[in-house]
Amino acid sequence: MSVDTKSVADAAEAYEKGPGMPQLDISTFPNQIFWLLVTLGVMYFVLARIALPRISSVLAERQGTITSDIAAAEELKLKAAAAESAYNQALADARAEAQAIVARTRDEIQVDLDAAIAVADAEIAAKAAESEKAIAEIRDGAVDAVKVVAKDTAKAVVASMGFEADAKTLTAAVSARLKG
Amino acid sequence: MTEANSKSGSFGRIAFWVILVVVGLAIVLTGKPLGEEGLAFHPMAQFEITPLFGDGDISWYTPTNVTKWMGLSVLALVGLLVIGTRGRAIVPSRMQSVGELMYGFIYKMVEDIAGKDGVKYFPYIMTLFSFILFSNVLGLLPMSYTPTTHIAVTAVLAMLVFTFVTVLGFVKNGASFLGLFWVSSAPMVLRPVLAIIELISYFVRPVSHSIRLAGNIMAGHAVVKVFAAFAAVTIMSPLSIAAITAVYGLELLVAFIQAYVFTILTCVYLKDALHPNH
Amino acid sequence: MEGDIAELGKYIGVGLTAIGMGGAAIGVGNVAGSYLSGALRNPSAAASQTATLFIGMAFAEALGIFSFLVALLLMFAV
Repeated sequence: MSVDTKSVADAAEAYEKGPGMPQLDISTFPNQIFWLLVTLGVMYFVLARIALPRISSVLAERQGTITSDIAAAEELKLKAAAAESAYNQALADARAEAQAIVARTRDEIQVDLDAAIAVADAEIAAKAAESEKAIAEIRDGAVDAVKVVAKDTAKAVVASMGFEADAKTLTAAVSARLKG
Repeated sequence: MTEANSKSGSFGRIAFWVILVVVGLAIVLTGKPLGEEGLAFHPMAQFEITPLFGDGDISWYTPTNVTKWMGLSVLALVGLLVIGTRGRAIVPSRMQSVGELMYGFIYKMVEDIAGKDGVKYFPYIMTLFSFILFSNVLGLLPMSYTPTTHIAVTAVLAMLVFTFVTVLGFVKNGASFLGLFWVSSAPMVLRPVLAIIELISYFVRPVSHSIRLAGNIMAGHAVVKVFAAFAAVTIMSPLSIAAITAVYGLELLVAFIQAYVFTILTCVYLKDALHPNH
Repeated sequence: MEGDIAELGKYIGVGLTAIGMGGAAIGVGNVAGSYLSGALRNPSAAASQTATLFIGMAFAEALGIFSFLVALLLMFAV
């Protein structure tokens, strides 16, 4: 018990006194500075000789890997673009060919059509000419008939008026009137 | 391919756990036994430098807790950046991607701030960053010691940067390096005044550079210990534990931010040395 | 602990250094606030300025840390 009290008293005294400020105890300075320089030397050696070259090589290697990967990706992208343009080219070719086929077919049809139209036109022209001829014949026939009727009528009219008309005069008169 | 990967993955996992167990045992065996001082500890006691073996004087070569924690940060560095990247995989494992993240982070910082010709000094800057980062983060383990809380350590780091940058500036630019202090865009009357101010601020650089780091880390650790001391009082303990949790989260951020800030300022100084005229 | 005027002055001084924390808080807050308002005006330029943000914060915060350092020196070294 007494020992405890003594040690507590010692501790209290030690606390009162305190270590002061160990930072200002010049007697420990050489020791600290010596070990500091040793530590810095060892750290510098470890860093400059082993750690930093290793890390920088790892970083450079990673950078290289990333660059080459990006280059590969770029190449693949170019390939994909080339494939796409080839596809587009093929598509455009096919479309152009289809259009050419359509145009050719249309031309062929046009030619057939033109020929058929020409045949039909010719037929129509022939029919028209025939009809015209028939109409002309009919018209001529009609004019002759009118001449005969007019002659007869004129003869009858002249006869009824008590005159005798010779055929020649009658004909000349009727033709003159018909012309006029 | 996948079989080889899984094999190396399981090997890596086993190596990871073996290293973790060995490191844990080393920490426990070389640590000071608990309970010597009970709960009445002092917030500044965590910064004390003690010999690892025995209780002798501390001469310059004595293995102390400084040695232990600096050695652990070297081990952590080897574990992350050498064993972690062992696979050299195109598709990285988790450890390897963390290592690559760290590499890329610092590399980009150097390239952006110091320029293309600053990349030559990338290993030096990476060394500073890894040392500070691993010291800070390992220092957040309970019962640990943080080398970067000591002004002696950060002052040496800052002076290394300062001397390196100054010598490099004179070697690369000759006397025209002094153009850094002669602000040619300012009016002629103001230039001598500005030159004095620039000169003073140039020489204050290593001071603020080192004290910022040590002060930030020390302050955080001291605050954690102050709250931990309150935990001995029963009524205060829940509050104290909550506060420690919050401060611990903040400290994790600060541990990273301070390493980042130290490194980025180094890059800025390097840029000044390489291109003093703009 | 009893009646030491130097001790009293020391602790008062340590307390006063806490004011420095307020200054650092104003500084860091100003840096972050200005960054945010600038970033919201021109979000595309924000990402390139995060490094500047952290440098500015580090400068502002360093002064607060200096006041903490003064406090520690007063407490333990003087």
